[in-house]
Amino acid sequence: MNELAITVIGPDRTGIIADVSEALAGVGANLSDSTMTRLRGHFAMTLICTGPSAEDVEKALEPLSGLLATVRAVEPEAEADAAGEPYLVSVHGADRLGIVAAVTRVVAAAGGNITDLTTRLSGPLYVLIAEVDLPRGSAEDLAVRLATAADELGVDVTLRRAETDVL
Amino acid sequence: MSDALAGWKPDLLGVDGRVLPVVTAPAEVLSRPGAEVDPADPEVVQLAADLVATMRVSPGCVGLAAPQVGVGAQVFVVDVTEHPKTATSHGTFVLCNARVVEASRWRPGREGCMSVPDLTGDVKRAGRVVVEAVLPGTGEAVRLATDAFEARALQHEIDHCAGKLFLDRVAGAHAVYQRKVYL
Repeated sequence: MNELAITVIGPDRTGIIADVSEALAGVGANLSDSTMTRLRGHFAMTLICTGPSAEDVEKALEPLSGLLATVRAVEPEAEADAAGEPYLVSVHGADRLGIVAAVTRVVAAAGGNITDLTTRLSGPLYVLIAEVDLPRGSAEDLAVRLATAADELGVDVTLRRAETDVL
Repeated sequence: MSDALAGWKPDLLGVDGRVLPVVTAPAEVLSRPGAEVDPADPEVVQLAADLVATMRVSPGCVGLAAPQVGVGAQVFVVDVTEHPKTATSHGTFVLCNARVVEASRWRPGREGCMSVPDLTGDVKRAGRVVVEAVLPGTGEAVRLATDAFEARALQHEIDHCAGKLFLDRVAGAHAVYQRKVYL
C-alpha cells in the first residue's frame, strides 16, 4: 500500500477542505492523519494518505486553482517508541529573529523530541508552545538550559510535565 | 477570618482610585515576580483603589493585578459578581500577598487576559481553592474559600503577582487561540 505525505496551502476561502478531500477520495486516497488550519489568512493542510500513487494524486490536485500542493511517497511509520516523558514548553516574549531556532536547538541537544509545536504572533508578542518527549530524568537539566537560552533571547520560558487524565 | 471580606468595600480604602493604563505582554513587569507589600503603606492603599477604578472602566474585566498596571507588587482586585460562570462570589475585593493554600477539583477552562488582548488559552485550574492574604489598609488577615469562576480568577491574578501569564500554563500546542469574541 502506498503511503503519501501531502501538503496543500493557499489563500483561505470556503470549500478548500471539501475540494481537496473530494479530489483525494476520487482517486482512492484514504486520509489517515491530518492537520489543517488557517495561518495568517492562508489555509494549510498536512495530510498522510494511503492508496494511490503519488502521480495520481498530483494529477487529481492539479485542477484546484490557487492551491500549492506537494505529494511525496513515504515509508509507513515504524513502531512508535514511547519511552519518553511528555512535557510542555511555553515561550512568550517580544518577537525577534531566531526564537524557535534557539529554543528547539536546546530541546534537541537534550535528546527531546518535539511532537507538536505552534507559534503565534500577536502584535509585538511572540508565543511558542511545544509538546516534547524527553528522555527520562532529563527535565531538570533541560529546564536550566532553557532558562539560559530564554535569558539570552529576552523571553520567558516554562517547562512542565504534560498531564494526561485516563478515564 | 473570611468574615473580614463580607463587610469590605472599596470605599473603606478612603482614597479615590485613578484609572491607569493596562500594560500588555511582552512588557517586562508582567514577567517579574511582584514584591510582597506592606498593606498599610499609603502607596499600596492608593494602588488598591487604582486597581478597582481601572477594573471598573474595563468592559468584561473580572480581575486586575498590579503588574498589569505596571507595578511589580502582590496586589490584585477581583470581582466576578456579574459573570455567568460564577457560583460563589465575595463581591469586589482587593488582596495583598495572596497565597493559594488549598486547591482541588482541577478542571480545564478557556481564559483571556487584558494583558494578552488577542489570544486566549485552555488552562487547567483548581475549581475549589482556599486563599490566604491580607487586606489593603487594615492589613487584616483573610482566609477565603471559594469555587468555580472566582477560584479561577484568584489563581489567574495570583499568577500575575508571581510573574506568570496564562500562556505559561496552557494545556498543549493547540490550546492557544486567536481571540474571536470582543467585548
